[in-house]
Amino acid sequence: MSATVLAIDGLRIAFGSTPVVHDVTLDLRAGRVQGLAGESGSGKTVTAMSVLGLLPRTASVSGSIRLGTTELVGLRRKQLNEVRGRRIAMVFQDPSASLHPQLTVGHQLTDHMRRHLRLDRRAAKARAAELLDRVRVPDPEGALHRYPHQFSGGQRQRIAIAVALACDPDVLLADEPTTALDVTVQAGVLHLLRNLAIERDLAVLLVTHDLGVMSAIADDVAVMRHGVVVEAGTREQVFRSPAHEYTRTLLAAMPDGPGTNPEGTDVE
Amino acid sequence: MTLAHAPAPARPTRSPLVGYLIRRLGTSVLLLFGVTIVTFVLTNLVPGDPVAAALGEGAASNPQTVAAYVERYGLDQPLPLQYLAYLGNLMQGDLGTSLTTGRPVTTDLAAAVPATVEIAVGAILVSLVVSVVLGTLAAYRRGLVTDQVVRVVSLVGLSVPTFWLALVAFNFFFLGLGIAPGSGRLSPQYTPPPTVTGLYSVDFLLNGDSVGFFDAMAHLALPVFVLSLFTIGLLTRFIRTSVLEVLDRDFVRAARAKGLGGGRIVLDYVLRGASLPILTVVGIAFGSLLSGTVLVEAVFAWPGLGTYAYNSATSLDLPGVMGVGLVVGVIYLVVNFVVDLLYGFLDPRVRLG
Repeated sequence: MSATVLAIDGLRIAFGSTPVVHDVTLDLRAGRVQGLAGESGSGKTVTAMSVLGLLPRTASVSGSIRLGTTELVGLRRKQLNEVRGRRIAMVFQDPSASLHPQLTVGHQLTDHMRRHLRLDRRAAKARAAELLDRVRVPDPEGALHRYPHQFSGGQRQRIAIAVALACDPDVLLADEPTTALDVTVQAGVLHLLRNLAIERDLAVLLVTHDLGVMSAIADDVAVMRHGVVVEAGTREQVFRSPAHEYTRTLLAAMPDGPGTNPEGTDVE
Repeated sequence: MTLAHAPAPARPTRSPLVGYLIRRLGTSVLLLFGVTIVTFVLTNLVPGDPVAAALGEGAASNPQTVAAYVERYGLDQPLPLQYLAYLGNLMQGDLGTSLTTGRPVTTDLAAAVPATVEIAVGAILVSLVVSVVLGTLAAYRRGLVTDQVVRVVSLVGLSVPTFWLALVAFNFFFLGLGIAPGSGRLSPQYTPPPTVTGLYSVDFLLNGDSVGFFDAMAHLALPVFVLSLFTIGLLTRFIRTSVLEVLDRDFVRAARAKGLGGGRIVLDYVLRGASLPILTVVGIAFGSLLSGTVLVEAVFAWPGLGTYAYNSATSLDLPGVMGVGLVVGVIYLVVNFVVDLLYGFLDPRVRLG
């Protein structure tokens, strides 16, 4: 098995005196997609956010999140900003909300590149166009000068993925990356994420409530409920022989019945 | 190839912004007509006898003089005809002769408008800079001491009456501490700069006269400060709320996740995101600021539109009053037009459709 890139160990998160995540342990490995499933309020998004220190001031985080040898919990803002976008990047649920409507795609694709990779304007633009081409946004050069509202929802999410990949990170956190998209374009975006993980040796954390999405691209699956990971294993294990009652309930609730796609045939 | 398949002649593609601006200009012209009607009607509704006011007590007691005056100015004509005559003169840039100064109203206004524009624009710029800083700071430090302090400051700005503040500031800084210059636009020993824009500060600069420039700026300081305090209070509260809303948006979280620096995020992402609602309120605030100038100009003996409006209104100088009404209407239209223009500039969804 490939090396662990990001190790979450005994993570606890509380808002004020209300604990929302208890003792979560997860290993993200290079080139693999780790799925994190659960209903809303189960703590899965909060777990992803805590990796990049994106939780509000009122949240207290304890336990350990290690990126290689760097401990991220309690890391100072300055060091954290060297990790954010550079080594760990994030894709959000709704690209029409996560891309700034008043900034060109080119601006949003290059500002962190120029900071992290110290590229000049020209080099950053060239790299940005390459990235857009890689995520299959048509007319990459022209797209740089356009604004998010001039693209379709699926293209916007591809742009958001390009933004996340811009500085060649080791870890990609994807929080419900297809939930806000039309069903018809979901498969394409998932397929892209899957391929990028392999091609760039990227460790992906895929947070989703949708087990169909999970079964399509996750290598490993963890199921969260009430802030606790109740089940974890490879996709095959979890979908074929769920050990926990809750997982069985979730699987039974899938429209196509339990164990859809357990063989791991990826979406095309 | 049949005719039906001949390529359609390429329609010249016009940016949606151009069409938008043309429509907007058209509306402005219509509104301008509305403004002339409203000022005309309102002025004619004013109780009081303008003829008596114009002629003075002695001449007004002579019926022949009154009749001659009424005929000379067409005051015996029906109101619609009087309006058309007014409009005709207006087209030729003739707003009549002021009864108080004896000069053409246009000449008076040409002197008064720049004086008011200078303090009004100064005040709106100062308010904008101060309230963007305070409002953003308060939003970032929501619930903390900084936030509380900013809220108190903006509440004070909103509650203190402008005329009172003007009097207190004048007494304290000029009569008390002696650090502010006296009233008016310039100290007596200076002569006004050659008129280019009519704004003394700008004209002195254009003329390369730094001593005059600093004197003009010193005279601007107090009226601008007094005038901006209310607007600062208003804008700060609003900007705080707008920034708080934007801070909760995903694109700000996404910018943080990219590891951008705090300053970058504030300028590029947060303030840009809050710029549209802020712009709208600044436009509205400019209107309230203009009405504030009447009181401030009175205290600082500032020879602007407010002083002129006050003088013409209290002496029933109808041409003067109508002239002021028209100019204020035009200023509102211009401000609204500029706001709409900036909307297109700030929001690509407006600009590009």
